[in-house]
Amino acid sequence: MEKDQDKILSDVTTGEYKYGFYSDIEMDRIPKGLSEEVVRIISAKKNEPDWLLEFRLKSYRHWLTMKMPTWPNLKIAPIDYQNIIFYAAPKERKNLGSIDDIDPELKKTFDKLGIPLEEQKHLAGVAVDAVIDSVSVKTTFKETLAEMGIIFCSFSDAVKEYPDLVKRYMGSVVPYTDNFFASLNSAVFSDGSFCYIPKGIRCPMELSTYFRINSANTGQFERTLLIADEEAYVSYLEGCTAPSRDENQLHAAIVEIVAEKNAEVKYSTVQNWYPGDKDGKGGVYNFVTKRGMCKGENSKISWTQIETGSAITWKYPSCILRGDNSVGEFYSVAVTNNHQQADTGTKMIHIGKNSKSTIVSKGISAGHGQNSYRGLVKVLKNATNARNYSQCDSLLLGDKCGAHTFPYLEVDNQTAIVEHEATTSKIGEDQIFYCNQRGISTEDAIGLIVNGYAREVINKLPMEFAVEAQKLLQISLEGSVG
Amino acid sequence: MLIINNLKASIGGKNILKGISLNVKPGEIHAIMGPNGSGKSTLAAVLAGREFVEVTEGTVTYLGKNLLDMTPEDRAKEGIFLGFQYPIEIPGVSMVNFMKTAVNEHRKHKGLDPLSASDFLKMMRDKKELVEIDSKLANRSVNEGFSGGEKKKNEIFQMAMLEPKLAILDETDSGLDIDALRIVANGVNKLKRPDNSFIVITHYQRLLDYIVPDVVHVLYDGRIVKTAGKELALELEEKGYDWIKKEIENNVTA
Repeated sequence: MEKDQDKILSDVTTGEYKYGFYSDIEMDRIPKGLSEEVVRIISAKKNEPDWLLEFRLKSYRHWLTMKMPTWPNLKIAPIDYQNIIFYAAPKERKNLGSIDDIDPELKKTFDKLGIPLEEQKHLAGVAVDAVIDSVSVKTTFKETLAEMGIIFCSFSDAVKEYPDLVKRYMGSVVPYTDNFFASLNSAVFSDGSFCYIPKGIRCPMELSTYFRINSANTGQFERTLLIADEEAYVSYLEGCTAPSRDENQLHAAIVEIVAEKNAEVKYSTVQNWYPGDKDGKGGVYNFVTKRGMCKGENSKISWTQIETGSAITWKYPSCILRGDNSVGEFYSVAVTNNHQQADTGTKMIHIGKNSKSTIVSKGISAGHGQNSYRGLVKVLKNATNARNYSQCDSLLLGDKCGAHTFPYLEVDNQTAIVEHEATTSKIGEDQIFYCNQRGISTEDAIGLIVNGYAREVINKLPMEFAVEAQKLLQISLEGSVG
Repeated sequence: MLIINNLKASIGGKNILKGISLNVKPGEIHAIMGPNGSGKSTLAAVLAGREFVEVTEGTVTYLGKNLLDMTPEDRAKEGIFLGFQYPIEIPGVSMVNFMKTAVNEHRKHKGLDPLSASDFLKMMRDKKELVEIDSKLANRSVNEGFSGGEKKKNEIFQMAMLEPKLAILDETDSGLDIDALRIVANGVNKLKRPDNSFIVITHYQRLLDYIVPDVVHVLYDGRIVKTAGKELALELEEKGYDWIKKEIENNVTA
C-alpha cells in the first residue's frame, strides 16, 4: 500500500524540463578563464567608461582575497573558475530598432518560451526586456514608458545614457565587498535590466525581464538595478529558463532595489532554470544576491519568488528597512525535486522606527530534494516598534526528501514584536483518496493540493503571471505523467 | 445496479469480510447495520477502492462491469459516491475549486463540456440550499475547520453536486444532532430517484426513521446474518445486537 503510493508519487514527480532545448545562434565568446585581462576584455567589448572598468577591477582584486562560504546546508561540487567562459553575446548586436532586426533564431527561442517580444502580442500591457546569455536583446515599450519619464532599458544602455543615475545607486545596496559571489559579479557582470521610476509616477504596466541562458560553459552574471524615486510605484517580474546540459552552469546575479520616500516596489521572480536531470547531473547553480533598500519614510519593497528550477538555489532576497514606517515583505515558494537543493530565505533588517516585515516561506520537497529555509530578522537598537511576522511551512512529498529551517532572530530593542510560526506537513494518502473518490486522478489531486498550499504566495504575483506560476508548479512536480 | 457475490476481504492479513453477498437494484435503499468491528466500513472501503483492503475472494459487479478492476477515480466517474465516516481536511484547496474539478472530471467522462464558471456557481447555489449548507462554508478550504456535523452535511452537499448512481453513506449520522440529522436525511430523500440507489451504513436505527430503507441487513463478524424489511431496524433498536449474537450462537449449536 505504502509502496503503491510512493510509486505514484515518484511517477508524478519525475518531470521533463520542457525548456531544455538549445538555440543555434551565432555567438561572440571569449576564451575560458578569469583574470584581470578577462575583466578588461569584458569592459572593452561593452565600450564602458573608465569609472566602470575601475569598479570591475576593484571588485576582481577583492574577490581574489575571498573564499567561497561553506556554511550553507548545500553540497556543492567545487567550481573551477578557469573552466568558465565569462562573456558570450549574440553576434552582431546592432542597435535594434524594430523587432525584425532580431536574429530569427532568437525570436523563435522566445516564441517557444511563450514570451511576447512582439508588442502586438503583449499580455495586456507588459513591457519585456529579453536577455539572452547575459545580453539584453530587446526591450519592448521603451518609448511608451519614456514618455512618462520612466527608464526601462538594459543595464549596458543605462551606463551609456544615464551614467549619473547608475553611478549614484549601483553598489549602494550590495557593495562589491558584500560576499564572494557579489564580488565576482561586480567584476564580470554582463548585462541585466535598469529601471528608474521618476518622482510621483506610478508605472502603468508590469515591467519584466526574461533571462535565458543558451551557451554552454558560460556563467551568467546579470546585474539589475531598480530605482523608485519618491512617491513612485512599479511592479517588476523576472523569469528565467536555461537549456538542459550535463555540466553545471553558474548563475551569480545581483539585484539592487532602492525605494525612496513613499515609494513602492513589487519584485516578482518565476525561476525555472534547468534543474538537472533526475539523477542530479547538470543543472544551474543559482547563487544570487538580491537586496532592497527601503531608503525613505513609508517606503515598501515586496519580494515574491516561485523557485522551481536550478540544481542549487542559494539566495536571500532581503530588505533593509531604513526609513521610518517602512515595510518589507518576502513571499516564497521553493520546490526541490529529484536531487535539487535549496538554501533560501530572507533577511529583514529593521533600522528605522515602526518598521514592519512579513515573511511567508513555503518549501516543497519531493524526490531526494533538500530544502532549507534560512531567515534573519534583525532589529537594531534604535529600531523602536518594529513588527515582524514570519511563517515557514514545509511540504514533503514522499519519504526521501528533506526540509530544514534555520531561523535567526536578533532583536536589540525591547519594543519589538516578532512572531514566528512553522509547520511541516505531508500530503496524506487519505487526502489523495478523498480526491480519487470524487473522480480526481492522483496527479491532479497532488496539483490541487500543492497549489492550494502555495496559494498565499501565488496570490502575490501579478495576475498575468499567477496562472503561469500555477502551471509551472504543477509541471515541476508532474512533468509528462498522464 | 450492484451485485456482490461471496466477497471476502482482509486488512493486514486479518480477515474482515468473510463472504458477503448483496444485491442492490436501482431505486432501492439498503441499510447495513451492525456492531463495531463487524466490517461495515471495510465493505464501504472495498466498494470505493481503498488499496489497503485486500480482496481475497468473490466478485463485485456494478452496472454489469467488474468493479474490483476499476481505479477509485473511475468508480467515482461511473457514479459511485462514498460519504466518508471521517471526512478528511484538505487545507488550501477551496471547496469551490475542489468541486469544480470533480464535477468537470465527471462531465469529461460522460463526454460533456466542462461547466462555465457562472453555470457552476449557479449549480453550487442551488445544491447548497438543498442541504441548507452555510454559504461561508463553501468558500473555505475542504472541510477545514468544519465541525463534525458540518463535515457530514458537506458530504451530502458533494453528493448532491455529483449526482451519483450509487451512494454509499458510511455512518453519516454519527456525530449529528437531531436537527442536522433531519437536514442530512432530507437531503438524501430529495436526491432519491427511481434510477439511483443508496447503501446506508449505520449503527443506530434513528437515521432510518428519516431515510426509510427498503431492505435492512445486519452485518456481524464479517457476514450478513440477517436480511429483512425496515421492521428489522426497529427490532434491533429494541433488542440490541446481543439478540443477534444469541440467535447466531443458537443456530450454530442447533
